[in-house]
Amino acid sequence: MREVQFDVIVKAVRDIIVHCGTDLPQDAYDALKTAMENEKSPVSQEVIRQILENADIAKDEKRPLCQDTGLAVFFVNVGEDVKIKGGLLRDAINKGTEQGYTDAYLRASTCEPFSRANLKDTIGYNLPAIIHFDLVAGDKIDIEYAAKGGGSENVSRAKVFPPAAGKDGIVAYVKEVISDAGPNPCPPITVGVGIGGTFEKACISSKHALFRNIGSVNDDPEMKELEERMMIEINNLGIGAMGMGGTKTALAVHIESNPCHIASLPVSVNVQCHSSRHTHITI
Amino acid sequence: MSKTYNLTTPLTEEQTRILKAGDIVYLSGTVFTARDAAHKRLVDLIEAGEELPFELEGSIIYFVGPTPPKPGDPIGSAGPTTSYRMDSYSPTMLKHGSKGMIGKGKRNQEVKDACKEYGGIYFGATGGAGALLGKQITQAEVIAYPELGPEAIRKITVKDFPVTVINDTFGNDLYQMGREQYEVK
Repeated sequence: MREVQFDVIVKAVRDIIVHCGTDLPQDAYDALKTAMENEKSPVSQEVIRQILENADIAKDEKRPLCQDTGLAVFFVNVGEDVKIKGGLLRDAINKGTEQGYTDAYLRASTCEPFSRANLKDTIGYNLPAIIHFDLVAGDKIDIEYAAKGGGSENVSRAKVFPPAAGKDGIVAYVKEVISDAGPNPCPPITVGVGIGGTFEKACISSKHALFRNIGSVNDDPEMKELEERMMIEINNLGIGAMGMGGTKTALAVHIESNPCHIASLPVSVNVQCHSSRHTHITI
Repeated sequence: MSKTYNLTTPLTEEQTRILKAGDIVYLSGTVFTARDAAHKRLVDLIEAGEELPFELEGSIIYFVGPTPPKPGDPIGSAGPTTSYRMDSYSPTMLKHGSKGMIGKGKRNQEVKDACKEYGGIYFGATGGAGALLGKQITQAEVIAYPELGPEAIRKITVKDFPVTVINDTFGNDLYQMGREQYEVK
């Protein structure tokens, strides 16, 4: 049994949050640059130019990329041969989150659902983090992190289709969700699509799909083809950067597919804005 | 063809009625920040006939909840938030003299109609460009509702703040126009 100190996890989480708040990951930066070069609308091109300039300023001056510094979302794979010493894993992740958000001057964006009171003084600064745990073989802790903004989350949707809807039904649904969203989720976007499983499994898969690097290729050739089909359909909508009209509405479509019940075909569409702040560490 | 203007706030109806969807404007001068919670309070005051914390006539409202400033800075990152959450309040603000809003994302028909009727403009700023836009803000001061935290009303001074006209006083909508131009059916 390998032992990992509580404080080591706190520090690691704190560091990735500080880094992601100000430093756009290379995969997102490169995808935006390619989109700018290929965009046919001069207005959208100018918007992407501003987005890239913003990323340069944020990195050089250690300023938050966006004022919406998100809710902290984690996918944590815990090896069954790891023991945390000095506290609970969930507490370590929350403590690191609070430290990172405070140290980097990121915004505290969690609030009580109805009074809308900010939770920074009660539960903690930008707490609680959203954490999805899983158990895996081995003696490592694998932490995937993303800062998830509200504007793109607000346009995300899920639906359980009858199996007969098939691929055509899913493609049409994804197109409808992105068309209705228009400028609101801050395109160019990444579209996470969760297929199959149960209702909640589809939703969590669509979220996890957004953690994949933009430009990476789906291991499943059938899903790769479906991603390409959705990309074409979405970019044909003409929404463009920040909805100003253009040919580059999406930077990528990522699908995660799961086996599902014989009676159902759940689908979830989770949208990520152009500021795709995500990273991955192993402890 | 889209034009470029340099304008200083407060804006007059003569200035706003020239602007067309797609025009680029570099704004300078005083702007007031407000999100949903602050809008609700402002509209409640207007309906009660009470005094507002700032002069509405000619004002520009920026829909933003900035990050905390780093030591020595007036404000943190400060890009626009999604505007539809203010749709139920904006027509009242325009009716009582406000001349413009800065945000991102679609507005409803009531807001577009109010822009036509009262000479208001809905400007779009680049969402997610908070570091870049925050640098165009030279001063910031909380003038009302500090308990709302990022949602408090701030009086800010901007210099050459880059925005694009989305909804003008003629009923045009850049989001519709742009999309129609590039949509492949």
